[in-house]
Amino acid sequence: MRRMLTAKLRDSSGVLNRFTGVLSRRQVNINSISVGPTEVKGISRVTVIIEVESLDEVDLITKQLNRLVDVVRVKDITDIPHLEREVLLVKISAPASKRAEILAIIQPFRASVVDVAPHSITIQITGDANKIEALLRVVQPYGIKNLARTGATGFSRD
Amino acid sequence: MQQIQLDTARSGSFLILDTLAQLGVETIFGYPGGAVLPLYDAIYHYKDIRHILARHEQGAIHGAEGYAKSTGRIGVAVVTSGPGATNAITGIADAMGDSVPLLVFSGQVATPGIGKDAFQEADIIGITTPITKYNYQIRHTEDIPRIITEAIHIATTGRPGPVVIDVPKDVQEKIIEAYNDPTIHLPSYQPTIEPNGMQVKKILKQLSQSKRPVLLTGGGVNYADATKELVAFAERYQLPVVSTLLGLGTIPIHHELSLGMGGMHGSYASNMALTEADFILNIGARFDDRLTGRVNSFAVNTTVAHIDVDPAEIGKVIKTAIPVVGDAKKTLEMLLRFDQVETDYADWTAQVLENKRRAPFGYEPDETYVKPQEVIEIIGELTEGEAIVITDVGQHQMWTAQYYPFKNGRQLITSGGMGTMGFGIPAAIGAKLANPDKEVVLFVGDGGFQMTNQELAILNGYGVPIKVVLLNNHSLGMVRQWQESFYDEHRSHSTFDDEPNFQLLAEAYAIDHYYFDKPATIKEDLKVILENKPMLIEVSISNREHVLPMVPAGKANHEMLGVKFNA
Repeated sequence: MRRMLTAKLRDSSGVLNRFTGVLSRRQVNINSISVGPTEVKGISRVTVIIEVESLDEVDLITKQLNRLVDVVRVKDITDIPHLEREVLLVKISAPASKRAEILAIIQPFRASVVDVAPHSITIQITGDANKIEALLRVVQPYGIKNLARTGATGFSRD
Repeated sequence: MQQIQLDTARSGSFLILDTLAQLGVETIFGYPGGAVLPLYDAIYHYKDIRHILARHEQGAIHGAEGYAKSTGRIGVAVVTSGPGATNAITGIADAMGDSVPLLVFSGQVATPGIGKDAFQEADIIGITTPITKYNYQIRHTEDIPRIITEAIHIATTGRPGPVVIDVPKDVQEKIIEAYNDPTIHLPSYQPTIEPNGMQVKKILKQLSQSKRPVLLTGGGVNYADATKELVAFAERYQLPVVSTLLGLGTIPIHHELSLGMGGMHGSYASNMALTEADFILNIGARFDDRLTGRVNSFAVNTTVAHIDVDPAEIGKVIKTAIPVVGDAKKTLEMLLRFDQVETDYADWTAQVLENKRRAPFGYEPDETYVKPQEVIEIIGELTEGEAIVITDVGQHQMWTAQYYPFKNGRQLITSGGMGTMGFGIPAAIGAKLANPDKEVVLFVGDGGFQMTNQELAILNGYGVPIKVVLLNNHSLGMVRQWQESFYDEHRSHSTFDDEPNFQLLAEAYAIDHYYFDKPATIKEDLKVILENKPMLIEVSISNREHVLPMVPAGKANHEMLGVKFNA
């Protein structure tokens, strides 16, 4: 099952290694991981999407992550109201004849074109994993030349 | 901590020793090398800290572990970079396995060389991250007091564990006139010590409803110095007590309510109590696989309460109805503070204690070979159950757990979680250095003895009168036992046909040595152990002896083999 964990960590050297070490020891697959600063100096936020077998497993992982000296707090926010956002950049083949069509297709996703070249365009979209997958399905037929995703980030809602 | 007075400019090396001395460290174990030459130069001049020179880095770490395990104080070791640090890895993992407060300084190549494959460089932070509670590389000499203070705080609080501090050579050498504020600030590290009263009350409520309760005591009770409270609680509620290996000593073996060790080589009474209980109250044990046997047969239809200072242990192996995060001593104190609840299981307690009388640990006397179990019993009597007992790993370790009459907390020093052969000799040295007024007896097999016997050099060098009892079965007894029991008696590389003469080896180290092999006189022979000097007592035993009873791998605790019932 897919779980979204979000953590606040003390920003020290090797901290990401310690964090992912707990996951790799159990051979847990990391779908995505994103790291960045928070409102507090010296504290970073890590958001990680993992695949686990059971809720017991994610419970143990959460406890073992919380045990780390540098971890302020880890939460599994999958089942509580939360925001999840990811940025996708995708470069697709776009001969001049197809461009109007592509722009029309991506418009409902509120995606934008951020780069244009003679034979391709690059689209940027922000959203959760479902929205990004949906966009990818509709642009796939044009031919994907390059793709980059940031991995999800987010936090729980009040 | 108090501010260290810097009356003159100090090098990083002196600052390390100043900080350690300020924090109460008076003994360190170590082995010098290129990357710690500046630190060793400071040690040369420093009078307030005693340095014990090991003969291998693994010995230095186990020495510091023996020191720490027998006292609860931080054990400190110093090793050089690269191979010095990698030789320390086994000991660090051992300390992680048994939650030992340990501080290891590893030398490191000078800062500009790090990451460039310099001579004797190893990424010791990368290597030790999974086997330490925390680790540091000091980049600025000015941070030394804060980092050491923080490291000792982390190593000794909450669930204790090993911390490594990697110190580049130039950081040791740099001379500074002022250091950074050593106040520690760890908002992300706040162990829960005081238990939640509501949860603790649930334990008493469950006890009042229970028909077949058992108290399980683990290493956490030893480490929290909560033995007095544990016994008081067991007595108040007349609870039968099962001990884990590391929990031995938390209740005297001869206490009426003590069932001894449970698990793979545990007592019949312990294992039947665990199997039949309707309520298991676990204090400071982690439901290790050596205790539980086949895990899906353990505590079925049983309510489990688990008190542990480490929340990640609770529910890890066994479903737990009543989790209590907190220190064992604080929790037991709270349990004793609450009004006593009515209970109704006197017939159960009587039945469990009757099992103890029906099937105590036992062995067949032999006219040809000295029985290892008897050796331990005799030494238990001679030392009146008061010695600090160290073991190595294997059959002799289990016999010691079964037959030595432990009375006190922190009395058994053994490698439980990691099962590290070679632990015994250096750990015994560390324990004796920390407890010069106590009798220290080591039980060791001929396999483990040969892994770290070079540390015997310390005995005369530093005047450490430990008693090394070598139970020599000319084999790797536990491996051999499994091969004989489960691998068609294929004794694959588990017997030593070409052993050295251990008497001559002791002679080489100028240690008094004795060789006993006569069952008729063994009781008299062993009296020599009471003399106050370092000694090797080698007892030749059968190379066919097994540790019994035994729960075979993959079986449930009630399926144990080799139980002997009294008529």
